[in-house]
Amino acid sequence: MDQFTLNLVFVGATFALYIGIAIWARAGSTSEFYAAGRGVHPVTNGMATAADWMSAASFISMAGLIAFGGYTASSFLMGWTGGYVLLALLLAPYLRKFGKFTVPEFIGDRFYSQTARLVAVACLIIASVTYVIGQMTGVGVAFSRFLEVSNTTGLLIGAAVVFAYAVLGGMKGITYTQVAQYVVLITAYTIPAIFISLQLTGVALPPIGLFSEYTATGEPLLARLNDVVQDLGFSAYTLQDTSFLPMLNMFLFTMSLMIGTAGLPHVIIRFFTVPRVADARWSAGWALVFIALLYLTAPAVGAMARLNLVDTIYPNGATEQPIAYDERPDWIKNWEITGLLKFEDKNGDGLIQWYNEGNATFGETAAERGWQGSELTVNNDILVLANPEIAGLPGWVIALVAAGGLAAALSTAAGLLLAISSAVSHDLIKGAINPKISERGELLAARIAMAVAIAVATWLGLNPPGFAAQTVALAFGIAAASLFPVLMMGIFSTRINNHGAVAGMLAGLIFTVVYIFLHKGWFFIPGTNSFPDTIAGSLFGIQSTAIGAVGAILNFAVAYGVSKVTADTPQEIKDLVESVRVPRGAGSAAADH
Amino acid sequence: MSDKDKAMAYWKANVRLILISLVIWAIVSFGFGIVLRPLLSGIAIGGTDLGFWFAQQGSILVFLGLIFFYAFRMNSLDRKHGVDEE
Repeated sequence: MDQFTLNLVFVGATFALYIGIAIWARAGSTSEFYAAGRGVHPVTNGMATAADWMSAASFISMAGLIAFGGYTASSFLMGWTGGYVLLALLLAPYLRKFGKFTVPEFIGDRFYSQTARLVAVACLIIASVTYVIGQMTGVGVAFSRFLEVSNTTGLLIGAAVVFAYAVLGGMKGITYTQVAQYVVLITAYTIPAIFISLQLTGVALPPIGLFSEYTATGEPLLARLNDVVQDLGFSAYTLQDTSFLPMLNMFLFTMSLMIGTAGLPHVIIRFFTVPRVADARWSAGWALVFIALLYLTAPAVGAMARLNLVDTIYPNGATEQPIAYDERPDWIKNWEITGLLKFEDKNGDGLIQWYNEGNATFGETAAERGWQGSELTVNNDILVLANPEIAGLPGWVIALVAAGGLAAALSTAAGLLLAISSAVSHDLIKGAINPKISERGELLAARIAMAVAIAVATWLGLNPPGFAAQTVALAFGIAAASLFPVLMMGIFSTRINNHGAVAGMLAGLIFTVVYIFLHKGWFFIPGTNSFPDTIAGSLFGIQSTAIGAVGAILNFAVAYGVSKVTADTPQEIKDLVESVRVPRGAGSAAADH
Repeated sequence: MSDKDKAMAYWKANVRLILISLVIWAIVSFGFGIVLRPLLSGIAIGGTDLGFWFAQQGSILVFLGLIFFYAFRMNSLDRKHGVDEE
């Protein structure tokens, strides 16, 4: 079978599986549509949460970010896992006990304020819509590279599959497809990693291989990597900049990712699907187990891919001549077609010189060798997808990785779309516009909202705004600065009142959004920024991606201050908070629906 | 003890457990992984230093342990204070 047929078989088989699950898991009530009838086993929910959480960014981009960022990219590893500790300890069990369907619903009830609920709906929709664009473009890229269909066709096929299981099955259908998608994506991620780890270090487990010896030279793999990248003028892979501002930025960026993770509604609502409060706690642990399988593998994939890449370009060592363009391996040819890997022979010698042209000291060495600039540009995103080809693995592994990338993008897209549609049908339509709507009417509204959300996401995926890549910072910034603090204060303080919550959310939101716009341009329009988005040039010496943590602190402070000078929370709200804090009675709260 | 006192004692024990867990959470990630990494640079592991390991693997493993530790301890607290789910 040729590669194209293999890809088609693997992607086709997984899609057939997802559709099969959709037909089996249809939702008959709003409780099933919003919360899968609260009957999901904690381990099952953990697996679904892992797929829900690990997006195209985790699967496709993260290892590439680590490969080229080295130690500095550890922020992604700690940030995107550390948030689960916050979720398990500070939010998930209590929000499950509260026993409702959406995140804005908790905020509206706890702060006895329709305004608070609507502000939360706005935050949720902005954060989730910006996030879903990236997933849809990821689907398009994976299709066009592996199935040789146009970006548009690929995206429409992907949208049709999500439509089938999300509109029919709601949370119930999404949960069980996410479980299947997790299995596909983790298999696809780990199999090439194991092969590569064996090739480079002789150790089968990639996380251990990362800290083992590189069999070709007998020295530790990371020491070898440090040497070869420095030979090309890059900074050492494990290097930490220990001056104050870079350290502060790494600290705040990691913190922003952690509290942003804990505040993202599409992750929080997954914990509404388990039967009991204790299950919500266990489930967060299981989610992190399944996430850690990928997140412990990713740093090994990153480091090994970087070393493989240097060895491919400089087969005789990084201080010798690189390979000739005419002798480049097939995988480079394949990826040149996509434009994600580019070669330009600047000095006309027919060899591929790849080095750090931004390093002035190394520039002298390069000039002595007759190099006139780095001739190879490699997009971060191709490393994971190209890994099996770089390592010379069989065709079925490449097909599996294609199916895995699609599973990662589709599972996250479905989770986000459910968060968006339930906010529209439950918080806007039932909560604000037509409170008397019947159960059947609401279920229909939820399905229509889902269909519209899919259409909008597909349209945005086909016409991605130029700023698509930038908006992830916005999604995490908003979740960190607006949603996480009010949720936490709503549980851990009885004193924070309606005015405090609204003022805190708005302060965190406006501060964060304005700070991002000041550095990335107003509404991401290039050239409208007042400050360069670098550590040295930024307003407070903090890059805009790391500002969410500061916005969160502002949110806490404003909410506390405003609550202090306004009327105390009413007794029935204090009773509500007390009841949310104890697990007993979670089952009966669910039965109210 | 009245129900209210019981609930209060339960909540206090919970908050204490949360604080202990979050201190560990912060030490392994923000501490060993970032701010304190220079202090750990003398401890070599696999071609680099312990702080690098904490930043890329160690912190994740500790996070995992923390969540299960918390879930386990909370289940016994629930029973001890009589607020577990029937």
